[in-house]
Amino acid sequence: MLLKGKAFTFGNDINTDYIISGKYKFKTLDMNELAKHVMEDLDPDFYNKINDGDMIVAGSNFGCGSSREQAPLAIKHAKISCVLASSFARIFYRNSINTGLPVVECDTSKIDQGDELEVDLQKGIVFNKTKSLEIPVTPLPDVMIKILEDGGLIHHFQKHGDFNFD
Amino acid sequence: MGKTIAEKIFSQQSGEDVYAGDLVIAWLDFVMGQDGTAPLAINSFNEMGGKELFDPAKVAFVIDHSAPSPLEGVSALHKLMREFSGEKNLRLYDIGDGVCHQLVPEQGHVVPGDLVVGADSHTCTYGAINAFSTGVGSTDLAAAMISGKLWFKVPETIKFQCEGSFQPGVFSKDLILRIIGDITADGATYLAAEFAGEAINNMSVEERFTISNMAIEMGAKAGLMEYDQKVDQWLAGRSSKTSRPVSADPDANYLEIKKYDVSQLEPQVACPHTVDNVSPLSEIENMPIQQAFLGTCTNGRLNDLRVAANILKGKKISPDVRFIVAPASRYVYLEAMNEGVIQTLVEAGAAVVTPGCGPCVGTHNGVPSDGEVVLSTANRNFKGRMGNSKAFIYLASPATVAASALTGKATDPRSYLS
Repeated sequence: MLLKGKAFTFGNDINTDYIISGKYKFKTLDMNELAKHVMEDLDPDFYNKINDGDMIVAGSNFGCGSSREQAPLAIKHAKISCVLASSFARIFYRNSINTGLPVVECDTSKIDQGDELEVDLQKGIVFNKTKSLEIPVTPLPDVMIKILEDGGLIHHFQKHGDFNFD
Repeated sequence: MGKTIAEKIFSQQSGEDVYAGDLVIAWLDFVMGQDGTAPLAINSFNEMGGKELFDPAKVAFVIDHSAPSPLEGVSALHKLMREFSGEKNLRLYDIGDGVCHQLVPEQGHVVPGDLVVGADSHTCTYGAINAFSTGVGSTDLAAAMISGKLWFKVPETIKFQCEGSFQPGVFSKDLILRIIGDITADGATYLAAEFAGEAINNMSVEERFTISNMAIEMGAKAGLMEYDQKVDQWLAGRSSKTSRPVSADPDANYLEIKKYDVSQLEPQVACPHTVDNVSPLSEIENMPIQQAFLGTCTNGRLNDLRVAANILKGKKISPDVRFIVAPASRYVYLEAMNEGVIQTLVEAGAAVVTPGCGPCVGTHNGVPSDGEVVLSTANRNFKGRMGNSKAFIYLASPATVAASALTGKATDPRSYLS
């Protein structure tokens, strides 16, 4: 699957409170509603600025803080196609794979706000079209590839009734 | 080759001889969800085709993040949790019972050697009683509730060897803030932390919880400590489960060993808007504050309330400060009442709210206004964390918070507790 979109850049240590604030996430399970508030405390207009398929690009430790799965879900429901970061916090990374949000660990220092990006998840390649630059990607662990191939952990359990990585 | 605490617990729970870097599917001894994460886990459980829990006695839900419900939408999610708990016969701790990370150990659900997951990032708290416990998301929680298992990568371990004795007025909160300031917010990502040494051994179990609780703030998967007599005594009368204490081998392989001497440590503070933005309190001394908050899974325990009461006994807080107190659990609340601690705090001017997480996570019970400064005993000071992105949150020990509530400005508690 080839993902295409424009880069929206953020800094280091973007925590899950910034991705979706606690004042919203305890109220509802309607992820389309939560999506409207994604990144609100960092950029109140973020949801209005993005188009379907655009990408969040960040520095280190993206998704640190709380374990709220509403964070990757709100990003996904905002129609962000992919999150690229130089590193991810552990729980967010796991939640993203479990819920089917593509997350890519790569050197994001050569991506600027507004750059046109193409991400090939199968081949593990990020292409910065604006800068004509190919960026290598840290491969996912095998277990995560299997969960992603099944379409997330819910579908993995629907299919196997349990964990099955053989 | 010797093993760390993490390597031993994962070997025991997977039935394989594993070391850091190995991938395991491991059996869980307990799983927990709270009202911010359990509703989504119930949806995932149903979508996965879940019918029964792997073992209802090993699952609990806690309604603590917005408790009692401040809104209709929240009430609907609480109702969903109550109905699911009734159907599946799992233990539900409802409003007023307390904060999940106080309740799970206090009610005896976790003992040394256990492997525990909770859909809350501060689940690492139980490392203080020698259990490997870690935070997961709602879908992992659902998979755990169905299967009783989860996959893990056995983490490498970073060890913090903490020696020396604290000065009066300096506490375990100051130590963990200093460590996070040094290691940074992602300095221990994917790693287990082990905390050891004389300074840890001399702490009460309650003070140890404060340290393990904040391991996630440097990215760690767990914040582990050795088992000792204090843990044994703390568990007596709380749990009928069999402990399986796990000790690190002397030749265990650590990624790094960091040494700390706490003897010269001053009171510390985490400044806005990240937990690793740590300075000695002296750098912000006399900064005016508008709100002081004593509570949370980090510092809402009985000894924390006692320390604050010692400082505030017979005195009145500054008229320029709101002082909010949330005991960590109903049990803590009652004990503090029986000792007169609650009376002291209320007489000093505290507003006591229901045991729970509200102020810390910005759901209700103390949302600050624009430009206001809050001094809090919580574990996070992210922008917007308490419900207003234009407020400024500083994190400190209960003693620092109490002394500052008294004066209306950031105040070193050592002169009150020498």
